[in-house]
Amino acid sequence: MSKKILLSHGGGGEETQSLIKELFFKHFSNETLLKCEDAAVLSVSGRIAFTTDSFTVSPIFFNGGNIGKLAIAGTVNDLVMMGAHPKYLTCSFMIEEGFAYDDLEQIVLSMRDEMLKSGVQIVAGDTKVVPKGGVDGLFINTSGVGEIVCEGISAHNLQSGCSIIVSNEVGNHGACILAKREDIELESELKTDCASLWKPVKALIDAGVNIRALRDATRGGLSAVLNEWVQTSNVCIEVDESKIPVSPEVRGVCELLGFEPYEFANEGTMVLCVEGGEEEKTLKILRGFEETKKASWIGKVSHLYKDRVILSTPWGSKRFLEPPKGELLPRIC
Amino acid sequence: MPKVDLIEGFRDPCHMKALAEIIAKECHKKINIMEVCGGHTHTIMKFGLMQILPKNIEFVHGPGCPVCIMPKERIDHAIALASMPNTILATLGDMIRVPGSKTSLQKLRAEGKDIRSLYSPLDVLKIAKENPDKNVVFFAIGFETTTPMTAVLIKDAVEHKIKNLFFHINHVTVPEPIDVIMQGGDAHIDAFLGPSHVSVITGYKIYEPLAQKYKTPIVVSGFEPTDVMESVLKIVRQINEGRSEVENEYKRAVTQDGNVKAQELISTYMEQRSHFRWRGIGDIPKSALKIKDEYGFLDAEIVFKDFLPTQEIDDHKMCICGDILKGKAKPFDCKVFGKACTPTNPMGSCMVSSEGACSAYYKYGSLLEKGAKA
Repeated sequence: MSKKILLSHGGGGEETQSLIKELFFKHFSNETLLKCEDAAVLSVSGRIAFTTDSFTVSPIFFNGGNIGKLAIAGTVNDLVMMGAHPKYLTCSFMIEEGFAYDDLEQIVLSMRDEMLKSGVQIVAGDTKVVPKGGVDGLFINTSGVGEIVCEGISAHNLQSGCSIIVSNEVGNHGACILAKREDIELESELKTDCASLWKPVKALIDAGVNIRALRDATRGGLSAVLNEWVQTSNVCIEVDESKIPVSPEVRGVCELLGFEPYEFANEGTMVLCVEGGEEEKTLKILRGFEETKKASWIGKVSHLYKDRVILSTPWGSKRFLEPPKGELLPRIC
Repeated sequence: MPKVDLIEGFRDPCHMKALAEIIAKECHKKINIMEVCGGHTHTIMKFGLMQILPKNIEFVHGPGCPVCIMPKERIDHAIALASMPNTILATLGDMIRVPGSKTSLQKLRAEGKDIRSLYSPLDVLKIAKENPDKNVVFFAIGFETTTPMTAVLIKDAVEHKIKNLFFHINHVTVPEPIDVIMQGGDAHIDAFLGPSHVSVITGYKIYEPLAQKYKTPIVVSGFEPTDVMESVLKIVRQINEGRSEVENEYKRAVTQDGNVKAQELISTYMEQRSHFRWRGIGDIPKSALKIKDEYGFLDAEIVFKDFLPTQEIDDHKMCICGDILKGKAKPFDCKVFGKACTPTNPMGSCMVSSEGACSAYYKYGSLLEKGAKA
């Protein structure tokens, strides 16, 4: 029978130590972590960004990733969106007793691989094992610290004339999870967009692109980000609907069930607001990276309707893009 | 068969602009078109069709949203069924969000009741098989589109002798409410956009008596923007030529007779109710279905009769959903629209379902506020 995580693995005794050493230390190995102190002692220079996120995704494994990859990329991206170079993470595992050891190892390996992409390190951690039903398989929390390398990136900084860009097709993660959860079979592959965005953002910063605002379009999707921005900066964003990249699979799932791709979650897709005139330069840099190669200009900041996002159709009609509300439920007929 | 892009192919900007131009050229008088189906309301609002059509084309939103027309007492039935001990209640889509007289299924679920919102009705069979020691009740809703799937479930329950699966049937039909709205005579409707998916099942023949009786054109239309535009053009031409026929724009899916096999399946297990109370409209004779008496052992309304409340409940006095469903008012005519009544806190049925007219106006329509009074 395959090895399972038992309550004793979280008891603090010998089994806990062996789980930490044979799994977490082995794969997350770095000098600070291996010191086994009560807290990590770190050196940072200048101002820091600090964030936290908990990951509870169900199913834990999905096409193109798993909860572990998400837990690293998610927190890394939150730091990157503030112009910070991700340096250190903490990581807490809350594991349901009976969880397969092999699955846990696979998740830990994905976390290790994802950390290599930004160079971030896990420097402190915690493991709890809870009785059956206490959590749904596995929950992970990661917190992160990054050094600010580009000041002034903020949701407050949008101004009329700026350009709005998305870094990838929107809705892939949300549609992928939905399809897996509901057993929706598609002829072609629908994959999460889960990715760490440090490399493309670093390239933009290094090239001197004047980035006004950055946000990863996670829960609530593109629609939530744009609506948050117009309200925070008291501006209008006018979006050309035909320019928003949406994969045919995501479009299909949305049409079938009555959803908007703009409301679906993403895990490696960001929205950028850059100075007007810098959009070509931005797109050229982004398209050089695999994770942002489908980047597209989608619209501009204006004063047309304050605090609102407007979508224009290719035949000239317009509508407001409302922020997502309530539980996502499929239409009936 | 050649490969057709069923989405983008029907959203082509050139076709849209060309259709808008032809309609503007040929439409010489005011035409009120009722789109019966909530799906069409959404297409019209989401794609901003009113903005590219001439001002004398007016859309009147009809009673074609299955969640919207459900009276509160039926929702209270669902709530009573879900509250029974040892019971799983399964239903479709945003039914779980609709408030009954006291609570909603969503709130009840948060209190720990086992309520499942399904993507496919066939999942009910799996739930019943996996939970043999529990009663599973399928709260079945929808127009003719979803009825065949419920009929398949009933067939399976009968053939496989599934003992723990029951049905609370709320399936309604399209022609009867249209008849009632036209009989009222105060809705000023010159033509109808016929429903898309309902017609796939029923065939467009079901509208022929209505078109004749009321001398009103009915064009069965697909859900995509060019479908609706082309259907509007067909309506304009019928009116210009003095015709009142049933025309089929949605030829890629709809035939005159429809899905005969599905119709047979429905008539094997279900029959017309003597009457059904529609939210905001009232009693309409023979406008809904029930399980046939011989399969009464599957009918939750019979088996769990003692648990079900019987009181009829009307909407809040301020709510004008009834007039909206009858095409007499538009969402912006309502004093509580967007203020006391929003998708997060709906007072009336048209706001609660994403297919309802108020929800569509709230989501897409605020740019049009000035021009959208009934």
